Amino acid sequence: MRWTSLFAVSLAAALISTSACSKKKSSAPDKGAAETDKEAAKTTDKAPDQPAAADKEGGAQVEVFSWWTGPGEHEGLDAMIADFKSKNPGVEFINAGVAGGAGTNAKAILANRLQADNPPDSYQRHAGLELADDIKAGKLEDLTALYDKQGWKDKLPKGLLEAITIDGKIYSVPVNIHRANLIWYVPKTLKSLGIKGPPATWKEFLTQAAAIKAKGKTPLSIGPAWTQKHLLETILLGELGPEKYTGLWNGKTDWKSAEVTAALGTFKKVLSFSDIKSAAADWQPAADRVLDGTAVYNVMGDWQDAYFGRAKKLAYKADYDVAPSPGTAGMYDFLSDSFTLPVGVKHHDAAVKWLEECGSVEGQDLFNPQKGSVPARTDADKSKYKDYLATALKDWQDPATKIVGSLAHGVVANNALSSEMDTALGLFVESGDAAAFADAVVKAYEATK
Amino acid sequence: MRRIRSWGPGLLLVAPSLLALALFVYVFLGWNVRVSFTSWRGLLPKYDNIGLDNYVALAHDQRFMQFDVPHIAIFTLVFVVGALAVGFLMALLLDRGVVGENVFRAVFLFPMAISFIATAIIWRWLLDNGGGESTTGLNKLLVDVGLGSWRSDWFRSSSRWAIAAIALPAGWALSGYVMSLFLAGLRGVPEELREAARVDGASEPRVFWFVVRPMLLPVLMSAIVILAHISLKTFDLFYAMDQKNLKIDTPALYMWFTTFDGGFYARGATIATLLLLGVAVVIVPYVWYSVRSEQRR
Amino acid sequence: MSASAPAERTDGRIRSRMAPYFTVVRYLVLFGFACFFLMPVYALLVTALKNPAEVSVVRMWEWPASLSLENFRIVWPKLREGFVNSSLLAVPSSIISSALGAANGFVLAKWRFPGADFAFPLILFGMFIPYQAIIIPMFQTMSYIGLKGGLSGLIMVHVIYGLPITTLIFRSYFSGISEELIEAAKVDGAGMLSTFFHVALPIAPPAFAVSMIWQFTSAWNDFLFGVLLTDRNHWPITVALNNIAGSQSVPFNEAMASALLASVPTLLVYFLLGRFFMRGLMAGALKG
Repeated sequence: MRWTSLFAVSLAAALISTSACSKKKSSAPDKGAAETDKEAAKTTDKAPDQPAAADKEGGAQVEVFSWWTGPGEHEGLDAMIADFKSKNPGVEFINAGVAGGAGTNAKAILANRLQADNPPDSYQRHAGLELADDIKAGKLEDLTALYDKQGWKDKLPKGLLEAITIDGKIYSVPVNIHRANLIWYVPKTLKSLGIKGPPATWKEFLTQAAAIKAKGKTPLSIGPAWTQKHLLETILLGELGPEKYTGLWNGKTDWKSAEVTAALGTFKKVLSFSDIKSAAADWQPAADRVLDGTAVYNVMGDWQDAYFGRAKKLAYKADYDVAPSPGTAGMYDFLSDSFTLPVGVKHHDAAVKWLEECGSVEGQDLFNPQKGSVPARTDADKSKYKDYLATALKDWQDPATKIVGSLAHGVVANNALSSEMDTALGLFVESGDAAAFADAVVKAYEATK
Repeated sequence: MRRIRSWGPGLLLVAPSLLALALFVYVFLGWNVRVSFTSWRGLLPKYDNIGLDNYVALAHDQRFMQFDVPHIAIFTLVFVVGALAVGFLMALLLDRGVVGENVFRAVFLFPMAISFIATAIIWRWLLDNGGGESTTGLNKLLVDVGLGSWRSDWFRSSSRWAIAAIALPAGWALSGYVMSLFLAGLRGVPEELREAARVDGASEPRVFWFVVRPMLLPVLMSAIVILAHISLKTFDLFYAMDQKNLKIDTPALYMWFTTFDGGFYARGATIATLLLLGVAVVIVPYVWYSVRSEQRR
Repeated sequence: MSASAPAERTDGRIRSRMAPYFTVVRYLVLFGFACFFLMPVYALLVTALKNPAEVSVVRMWEWPASLSLENFRIVWPKLREGFVNSSLLAVPSSIISSALGAANGFVLAKWRFPGADFAFPLILFGMFIPYQAIIIPMFQTMSYIGLKGGLSGLIMVHVIYGLPITTLIFRSYFSGISEELIEAAKVDGAGMLSTFFHVALPIAPPAFAVSMIWQFTSAWNDFLFGVLLTDRNHWPITVALNNIAGSQSVPFNEAMASALLASVPTLLVYFLLGRFFMRGLMAGALKG
């Protein structure tokens, strides 16, 4: 009988607490705005005077969905939020950050909300064709008018503007710029192996690689599937040059042409000199292999700089160095995190103010040094960017630099094509059949245009 | 109408569950089937009708037929058999009563309490197949213990069975639960029945075989069904072990990525429908048969 | 607390001479299993105690150069809010779905109605639905009903999708109740509910333990439904865990520390439910 009463009591308790939950919903103060680390605690706006029910219609708040939750990122975001709050007092900022890189988690959540016509007030996406699905579905507002009002068209490099203009309209505000075509190495390792410097072409890499392998080290460290995609794009860029590379993504370059086939062959050869059979689980462990000397080179974007410099506390130039990936000197293979304005948001004005913050010089200069990226605007305060970032900024703002978009990070390929390429690339890596890969890509491109 | 009065209350008690599941399972399942007949690609729903085209396309899809389907079959086999064996053995060992049963039970159950992200990270490290100086994880333990020849490439091996390596973290997480299922089942056998058999002169193994085992058949069925459903549904573990590595691709993973990465909703729904058809063909008859054979006892 | 082995063997078989050897083997095997199960936990713990510079996959087995609880200190504020939300989610949903499962299991096992043998596989089939296949219609349904944002909708979803497995567990457990017992109760004039409360429930604790363990863990560790159905203020702890461990640059030391912290409540529940695994409950019911 004891068990019966226990059963009855716990059931009652469960039901009562369930109803208590619905009450909790409306009494939550600005917990949403309260970031939990110390920096934000100092700068969090004390807006609790408002009856800040989190889902009160029309109340002064803005819900921003991003994936900036990791080290460096969320400090940068917090700094931007603090600046936003000082410029927009009384607006509650709801930081709905869900990690997952540009990952599938975030995409699933957004897809659900967009389809249910319940979008966040602003959300983050990679600038470029990654947005194409949302645009096609009519879920995003055209921001060209905002650009004109803020005069952004003069402040962003031409190459970037071209990449984010879709059918003559612009749908997102880029905050930062990362560079993908970089090769990383430790000077001491090169010295100990008698190598003068990083390879200037992939052919040179292959020569160096043979020698490195003979000495028992791994020429190139690699990680999971997306890093292989990343490597592929740098090889395509390095072997084909910027015009033909861009042509791959708009139908102008033939995937079955001799040059592309040769480039794919180079990719295969390079992979054979990598540790793909025991590939690192993620990009940091792959970088670690370069640091501890088991591997000599690693191709990765410049978020690696923040990893080396901040997490590993190493010195640029002394402990690690970086060069444009083979064959891509003078080219900037960019990717950019940007914010959008969905159609039908609950807090339109606040959302626009957020976008203005994202596109402002102050906002970008607060965010980027923390994140370890370069601001999209050309009129940024150069003094804030040191070491590697200074070089990157110089290259980015140099009018002679050829700017191309990244494949692996959503600039030149829409989601469908990118996803089909994942499958095709996986099969290619397994089978080594370059012709089948090219076939698959062409088919996918046609099917998903 | 006396008969209705006898079983009426039972039906009434179960009715809410049946209704809720009718909506949340069967209506939603119907939606999936509907979408599998469309060409919906992209954010905006599209409810046209292209017949069986998606199914035909999937039958010719290299990733699905050559990788996903064999993988899930292999993984399910290794995982279910392995977790059953380990779980049952542990339950048997604990059932007789040991000092510190609480502690052992907690140790075996603990892995289930750990979130899958941490499980995946740790097991990724454990199953790392770096060589030479970079030997680490299980391989390093094996080498240190002198069993270096057992060193394996685990899920990176070029063998068909590479995916079976993932049964290790999955089994580590779930065997403790299977153990608790069997333990509850064993403890549920009335002691009187066992005593009666012993008094009749049966030895312990015979007591087990003739008294205990038949009563464990329902528990066995539960364990198999639970393990199978985890095996078919799991994708977080695989994804976190090695993102988008074809060697450990499964239908559930393909469904997730093609729907939310690529926006191929129709294809995703087709995979889901096929997966469930497979389940219906195998599991449902098994459950039906098991339930029926219980009645015959 | 547990009955000791030798005392049960009252039949004085020859085998009792071998008993000590069997016992030793038993403990050895159990220890062996325990080592296998604890080995990854060791790696988890050790990583959680290291500072970031020391953390790397190649050095996973190494003991930390200096033990520090710094990582725990760092992640605790990030997890605090999630702890509350997840508790408010997992406790009610596991209790309610277990209760409903017990009722369903009893009816399907011992108080069957015509078609009960169809109803059972129908209910069970619900277990196999892959969540990613239904999140879109489910999300829209929940928005439509208006149960999105707070925790009640999430609790409801967990209860509903937990019904198949809790029903399964209780049905198999209750099928062990002898028919005579049920008949005896009926003869005494008991109706269904009365039989349920007086015959089934008293012996149900081990099944409850098993059911609650599953449901609590499943609700506590769920990420997908949690992040979809709740707003920022009601995010369960899994979202915070994912944010620590799923970003572009994973701080493994923090990720492990937070995973360990997050697993404590679940472990606590396992301990508390351990009492339900006691032996001889069935016997007790017969005597009662």
